Amino acid sequence: MDATSAQAWFNPAKANLLVIAALVVAAIVWSIARARGGAPVKIRRIAGLDAIEEAVGRATEMGRSVLYVCGMRDMDNVQTIAGVTILGAIARKTAEYDTRLLAPTCRSLVMSTARETVRASYLAAGRPDLYSDDMIYYVTDEQFGYVAHLDGLMVRQKPATCIYMGPFFAESLILAETGNSIGAIQVAGTAMPTQLPFFVAACDYTLIGEELFAASAYLSRDPGMMGSLKGQDFGKLIAMGAIAIGVLLETARVLTGSGGIASISTAFIRLFALNF
Amino acid sequence: MSAPLHQRLARVDRRLIFLAIGLSVALPLILNLRLAVRPTPIVTKIFDKIESLPPGSRVLFSFDYGPSTMPENQPMAEATLRHALAKECRVYLMTIWETGPPQIVRAIDEVVKKDFPERVYGRDHIYLGFKAGQQGAINALLADFKGLFTTDANGAEINSFEIMQGVESIRNFDLIVAIGSGLPGVKEWIQFGGDPGNVPVAAGVTAVEAPLLYPYYPRQLLGLMGGLQGAAEYETALIAKYPHYETQSSQAIVMMGPQTVAHVVIILFIVLGNVAYFLERRARKKEGR
Amino acid sequence: MKTSVPIAVTFLVGTSLVLAIFIPHTPFSTLDEHFSVWFNILACFAFTLGGGNLLKTHLTKIGRRERDWQYSVVTVGGFLVMLVAGLFKLGAPSWDYDYIGRETWFKHIYDATFTPLQATMFSLLAFFVASASYRAFRAKTREATLLLIAAAVILLGRTPLGHVLTAWLPEPLAFLQISNLSTWILGVPNLAGQRAILIGIALGIISSAIKLILGIERSHLGGGRDA
Repeated sequence: MDATSAQAWFNPAKANLLVIAALVVAAIVWSIARARGGAPVKIRRIAGLDAIEEAVGRATEMGRSVLYVCGMRDMDNVQTIAGVTILGAIARKTAEYDTRLLAPTCRSLVMSTARETVRASYLAAGRPDLYSDDMIYYVTDEQFGYVAHLDGLMVRQKPATCIYMGPFFAESLILAETGNSIGAIQVAGTAMPTQLPFFVAACDYTLIGEELFAASAYLSRDPGMMGSLKGQDFGKLIAMGAIAIGVLLETARVLTGSGGIASISTAFIRLFALNF
Repeated sequence: MSAPLHQRLARVDRRLIFLAIGLSVALPLILNLRLAVRPTPIVTKIFDKIESLPPGSRVLFSFDYGPSTMPENQPMAEATLRHALAKECRVYLMTIWETGPPQIVRAIDEVVKKDFPERVYGRDHIYLGFKAGQQGAINALLADFKGLFTTDANGAEINSFEIMQGVESIRNFDLIVAIGSGLPGVKEWIQFGGDPGNVPVAAGVTAVEAPLLYPYYPRQLLGLMGGLQGAAEYETALIAKYPHYETQSSQAIVMMGPQTVAHVVIILFIVLGNVAYFLERRARKKEGR
Repeated sequence: MKTSVPIAVTFLVGTSLVLAIFIPHTPFSTLDEHFSVWFNILACFAFTLGGGNLLKTHLTKIGRRERDWQYSVVTVGGFLVMLVAGLFKLGAPSWDYDYIGRETWFKHIYDATFTPLQATMFSLLAFFVASASYRAFRAKTREATLLLIAAAVILLGRTPLGHVLTAWLPEPLAFLQISNLSTWILGVPNLAGQRAILIGIALGIISSAIKLILGIERSHLGGGRDA
C-alpha cells in the first residue's frame, strides 16, 4: 500500500469482504431479532450435548467427580469462551446434583473467568454453599505440563465424567486415551480440525467444529442465541452456492476452453479473493 | 474356563500394545534398520528453490516449535539450514514461539559451528531471537523489520551488523523457511508474511499439521515437508547432491526404519481387532440361531 | 455495572477492530497490533495471578500434609528455581545476555529437565495412537470400512514401505501406488472434509463474536444481573 492509500478511510480492495461480512452479519442479527420476536427455531439434536445430563448423572450415582477442561488457549480465543460458557451450564447441573466439579486451567485469565462463571451458576442453582475456589485452579501454561497434571488427576482420582471443550492440540489424544483407560464417560468438543479425529476415535461423544459454538444456545434454549444458529445457515448457503457456481464455471472452462467462460470464472473467483 | 478366542482378541491388554510399539521403535534403532527414501515433488520444490538461490541471497528461518516436536522438526530445520549455508546464503534465524530459542541455539551448534565454522556472525548469519505477538509480530516485520528486531538475541544493536544492511521488511528476503508445529506457525507466515510480502514460503511441519496446509500449495506455499517422512525426503535430496553431509544430515532417514515398523505393527493390531470383531459377530449370530 | 461495563468495552473494542480491517487510515491500521500488545501485557500480569494461585494451592497442600503433598514440594521447588534462574539470569556473562543463552543456568536446567520431559509426554502419543487405532478402527459399517482402508493406506504411504510395496505397478496404474493414493487421500477427500469443517467453524466464530460484541452472550461474565 502506498502512503496515499494508507491514509484513505476505506480500502476498496476489501470491498468484497465487506459485502460478504455484512450479508452474514445482517442474516445473523435478523435471525436473532426474529427468534426473539417469537418465530420458532428448530435445531437438530446434538448427541454430545444431550449426553451431558446423563454424564453428570453418572458421576453423581458413582459418587465421583466431573473433570472439565477448557482447552489450551487463553480468553482471547473464541473456543475458550465457548468452553467457559458450557462450563457454566455444566456447573449448574453439578450444583443441582451436588456432584464434585474439577476444572484445572492452563491460563490464569481463564481461571478467573471460569471462577466467576461457576460461582454465578452455583448461585443461580441455589447452592452457593457448594462452591469453592479450589474447584478451579491454575496449573501451568505449558502444554504438556498441564496434560501431565490432568493425566495424574484422572489416574488418581478417577473422575466418572471427563469433558473437554475448547481449543486443543497434540495433547487431545493423551487426555482422551487416559480418560478411556479409567472408564470415564467422555464428551469432547473442539474447533481444531487436526484434533477432531483423535477425539472422535477415543471419546464417547464429540462436538465437531461449529457444534461447540452452538452449545451455549442449545443448552440454554435462549431464543436469541438459537436464532443466531439460523443466521449461520445463511452464511453456509452463500458458501455452498459460491462453491457450486465456481465448480461449474471452472469445469466448463476446462471442458470448452472458452475464453469468455474463463473470464467469467476468473472474475467470479476474484469476488472471493482476499486482498491484504 | 478361559474366554473364547474372539473375546480375548477383542480385549488385548493395552500394555501389550504399548510393549509392541516400544519394541517396534527400539529394535529397528538398535539394529540400524535403514530404508531408502524417495523425495516427492512437494519436498523437492523446496530443495530446488534453495539450490537455485545465488550466493548472498537472504533466507529467513523461523523455528516455531518446541522440544516436544523436535524429533520431527529439528531434522528438517537443520537440513534446510545446512543447504542454505552450503549455497552461501545469508541466514537470519528467529522464532515467534517462546520455546523456539533453544531449538535455534541447537541448530547453530550442530550446523553453523560444526559444518561452517568459517562463517562470520553478523555478516553471514544472525540470531535474532524470539518475538512475542504471534501474527502481530509477522505483521510488524512486514511493515518495519528493524522496528521489531531492534537488537539481536544477545542484545547487540541491530544496525551494527553488516547482514542487516538493506533489510527493512520481510519483502527484502528471497525466501522464508517456516518450521512449525502449531499456532502460530506456517499458516500465519503465509497469511501475514509471505503472501502480502510476495516472498516465497517453504514450510516444514509435523505430520498432523501437514494436511491443513495443502490448500496453500503450490501458489502461496512453495513446498511442504510433512512430518518425519518430509524431513527424510529433504535429507535424501541433500545427501544426493552433497554426499559429504551424509553423517550429519541423516537424523530423519534413520528414524524412517522405526516409523515404518511401528506403522506396520499398528496395522497388524487394527487387523487383529477386526478379526476379533468378525469372530464375535459370527459367534453372536450362532447364539442368535 | 459488573456486567454492563465489560459488555460496553467488548462492544467498543470489537466494533473498532472489525472496522479497522477496512480502514487503512491511522490509527485504525495499527489497532490490531496495539490490542495484541495490550493483551500480551495483560497476560503478563495474569502470570502473577497464576503463579500466586499455584503457590497458594501447593503451599496449602504442603502445610496440611494432604495426600501426595510431596509432589507439591517438587512443584514449588521447580517453580522457584526456574523463576530465580531466569529472572536473575544466573550464569549469564552480562545483564544484556539472553536469559536462555548457552551459559545460563536456565538453559542447562531447561535442557536437562524440560526438554526430555516434554519429549516424553509427546512420545506417549505413539503408544496411545496404537491403542486408539486398535479400539476404534473396526469395520462395523461401510463408512467405517472405508475409513479403515484409508487409514491403512496413509499409514503405509507415510513410510518408504508404501513405495516398495507398489512400485512395480505399471505407469497407467501409477495412481494406485500407495504413496500416490496416500497423497490423493490427504489432498482431496480429507482436504474437502477439513475445508467444510473449517467453513462451519468460521461461521460459528462469526456468530459467537457477534453475540459477544452485542452482549447477547454474557455467561462468561458471571451471568449475574447488574448491581
